[in-house]
Order: sequence, then structure tokens, then C-alpha cells
Amino acid sequence: MRKQITDFTIVEKQVFNETYFTLKLQHPGILPEIKAGQFVEVEVPGNKQVVLRRPISIHDVDTDNNTITLLIQVVGKGTKTLSNMKEGDTINMVYPLGHGFSLEGEKVLLVGGGAGIAPLLHLSKCLNLKGIHPVILLGGRTKSLIPIQKEFEPYGQVCFATEDGSLGEKGLVTQHSMFSRDYDHIYTCGPTPMMKAVARHALDKGIECEVSLENMMACGIGACLCCVVDSDQGHKCVCKEGPVFNAKQLTNWINNK
Amino acid sequence: MLQTKIHNLILKNPVMTASGTFGYGEEFADFIDLNRLGGIIVKGTTGERRQGNPYPRMAETPSGMLNAVGLQNVGVETFCNEVYHRIKDLDTNIIVNVSGSSIEEYCKTASMIDALDRIPAIELNISCPNVKKGGMGFGTNPDMAAQVVSEVRKVYHKTLIVKLTPNVTSVVDIAKAVENAGADSVSLINTLLGMAIDVEKQRPYLSTITGGLSGPAVKPVAVRMVWQVAHAVKIPVIGLGGITCAADALEFLMAGAKAVQVGTANFIDPAVTMKIIDGLEEYCRRHGISDINEIIGII
Repeated sequence: MRKQITDFTIVEKQVFNETYFTLKLQHPGILPEIKAGQFVEVEVPGNKQVVLRRPISIHDVDTDNNTITLLIQVVGKGTKTLSNMKEGDTINMVYPLGHGFSLEGEKVLLVGGGAGIAPLLHLSKCLNLKGIHPVILLGGRTKSLIPIQKEFEPYGQVCFATEDGSLGEKGLVTQHSMFSRDYDHIYTCGPTPMMKAVARHALDKGIECEVSLENMMACGIGACLCCVVDSDQGHKCVCKEGPVFNAKQLTNWINNK
Repeated sequence: MLQTKIHNLILKNPVMTASGTFGYGEEFADFIDLNRLGGIIVKGTTGERRQGNPYPRMAETPSGMLNAVGLQNVGVETFCNEVYHRIKDLDTNIIVNVSGSSIEEYCKTASMIDALDRIPAIELNISCPNVKKGGMGFGTNPDMAAQVVSEVRKVYHKTLIVKLTPNVTSVVDIAKAVENAGADSVSLINTLLGMAIDVEKQRPYLSTITGGLSGPAVKPVAVRMVWQVAHAVKIPVIGLGGITCAADALEFLMAGAKAVQVGTANFIDPAVTMKIIDGLEEYCRRHGISDINEIIGII
């Protein structure tokens, strides 16, 4: 898939709370194919001190209307600037970047935490197109930190785990009653300790598992070599060789606390 | 209009890409016509494959970034046997940045690259700040710099560019030393040694604590050093450091650089080099300049 640099227009902005917002972005022409798990590098406009783009995973894709949606967590200066953008503003993106999820498996579990929920919506839809209806387990510290909930309902069996019990079962996703059921494929994206715990479980049980990593990066296209993960085959660029990796490639990383 | 010359190399235009910011060029083929570039300086290449430093390797800083990649690369043998064959037919000057930790390693790599028909030049990196023996030891001492250049000169027969570090008291002394030792050109500046601390986590952002600063933040330092060196040596100077647009490139040319390299800006806009070339053409037309060399070194 050829990568592009394109100016998108913000057609819809939804603010959930101080931490999370979504931007629905209109492509000026025909949107290319975008695989679940791929990401974009977003230019941060108007802030001359912030020179680097921000890597953001693709939350949703609407090929009929040529739009993509990003779910963004405010974590620093760049995402804070992006949170001040308005409908009608232009946003420049380099995309689609990285390798997506394989869409393999029959009895499939998705595990998302925090902003890591983002790529799982497009993933759920892509799995549905293959006739797969996954169990979708979403976790967070508290209810308000799981920004997207009902949007998942058409695409699988949705369940929640919160540390304070404000939504779904109380505890971590790995303690949820649906977590240890019989699956043949797990896809996970979220905080590193969560993904490591999920991947360890999968490796122990012999379940195929794909993790989507989120290292700090500059270029997003495999040139700067800044975003490497210590894989079992040496340093690999998360942007180009990931962001999705099979857990079997990352046993060093998974077992390194 | 934009053609320029570095020793024996004819450049279509003065715009090259800086080592370590452009991979082997392939990563940018979706975005630009690589054949339009004046040259591509490919990833720093060492005698053996290197894993580089642990993550995290970068931090954004005001108008710039710190990196501590640490010369991760496939090694000279894999470069010659695999990478070279993928990129050798590009219609531009493909220049290999040669890095190392010892004179023997520099010489080994340089002599292997010497045998590759389609590589007309090397850029000897005596200025990497990110590995313990990254060559900066050679690049900060005029005698050591001269020694490594004269040894490489014995085994390398094409255009020899030497990349200088700004982390010295007098960059002019180093430039003169490598000129006298047989360098055909110097490129500067490599990154400025820097550091940033995450105060919430109370630890440095980089796994190596210190790293190399690049991006627009370093440009005035780079222009000053290029101007100083261009007035002190006879060999052509290649300028780099924070170039993001044609006006930035023109500053370096006017300060005395015969060509420029674009680095960190490639991360921000993968098509930036094309915009810079277009911008230089537009500038020449607007100012009635028929040959870009007319403005090189006018300051």
C-alpha cells in the first residue's frame, strides 16, 4: 500500500472529557485501503516548538464517505494542541503506516485498555466482514477512561473491567470472567503492562496473540530508527515492522518487566 | 541552474539527504522521486552489524529533537551484498556514511565501499556522539582526525567527505587538519551533544542520558560553523543542521556551502526535499540568478 501525505478536513469533533476526543476527518478524494491496526502521523499545526508529527492509531474508517476517525488521548503538548482544533480545520497526515492485524482466528478475543481501545473498533468491523464476532473486553481505571463503549456493540460481545468497579466487573482485564475462556486468537492494544500480561497468558496457553505497540517515534516510516522494540530477532522498528507484532516474536519484551 | 560540484561529484542540485534521517532512500520512494535529489547519504555503516542503543532513543525538544540511535545498521557486508543492489540504479549520487570505533574498522569499511562502482563517495563520520567509541573521539582532536583521514585516504580512492562534529572549541582547526590529511570535502554539522530530563519521572528521556540535538534549533550554530570553515579551507564544504525550507538552504549556501543536507526535516515532511529544490529554483528565477554558484559564499 502506497503511503500518502494528505490534507484532511475535520468534519466532526467529539469531546468525551478532558482526556479523550475524536476527530472525524474527510479525505479530499478517495480514501485508500486502510488495514485495521495501521496508524497515521499527524502534523501539529500552529505550535512552532512542536516539530515532530504525532503517531495516532486509526479508530474507524468509513469507505463510503471517505472519512477516518482518530481517537486521541491528551498526553502532552502535541495532543493538547490537536485538542484545540475545530470542525472545518485542516489537518495534514502521513498514512497509512505500519502493518495491521492479521484478522486470523475463529474464537477471537480483543483486549483494549485506555487509548489502546482506539484501533479495536476498526478491527472489530474488519473481523465482522470475515464472519468473525469477537469478544471485546475493554478496561480502564474508571468508567470515564473508557471513552468508547456502545459503538462496539454491533460487532461482538462487549464487556468491561474497571479497577474501581464503576463499569462492568471490578478489577483488571486479565481478572475478568471472560478473559480466560477458550479462544484461539487474542488481539490486544493498551498500556504496556496490560499487553504484557495478556501476551504472557496467551503464550502460556498456546493461543495466538497479536500486540499493537506504541513507542515514541519521529518519522513513522522506518527511517529514524528511534521507535525500536527489543524483539527476539533484535531491534525492530515499531512504525515499519509493527506496530502489530505476533507475541511469539516478542518473548524477550513480554518477559522483561 | 542548480547544478553544483563537490570535488569530482556533479550534483543536479545542492540538496542531499543527511545520513541517519533517510534510511537507504527506499523508505521515501512513496513520497518523492529519489532521482531528483542531488545526493543521498545513506545510513551510517560500520564494519559489523550493530544493534544500536536501547529504547528510548529520542525526545522532542523545543524546535528540535534529541536522538541516541547509536549507529544501528546492518554492517558493511550486508550493505554491499544486499542493500547496494537494491539502490545502485538510482540516478543520483549515493554516498555511504562510514562510521566506526577504530582506524582499522574505518579502513575496512571504506575499502569495501571503494569496490562498489555506483558509490562515488563516502562520508567519513568522525562525529557520532551516541556510542562510546562512535568516532567523536577522532573528531574532537585535530591530530586524531588527521590520522584517521590519512589512513582511510590510503585505501579509499574516490571522493572522501569528512563529517565534522560541532562539539569542539574550534571546528576550523579540525577542518584544516582533515583537509591537510587528504579529505576532498567536509560536511558539517553533526548533532550537538544535548540532554533532556523528564521531571515527572525524574529521569532522563534517553536510555543513554545524553544524545544528539538536531532540527531547527541548531540551525544558527550550524550556519556560523559553515561560514567559519568555508573561509578557512579550500575544499568544498557541505552544510547541514536544521534545514527545513529553501530559505534555510540558501543561508548555508550564502555562508559558503557548495551543497546542503536535509536531515530531521525528512521526519516532519517526507517530501520536504522536493519543496526545497523547487524553492531554490523559484528563488533563482525571482532574483535573476542563472547559476546557483553565483550566490555560494557571498557572505
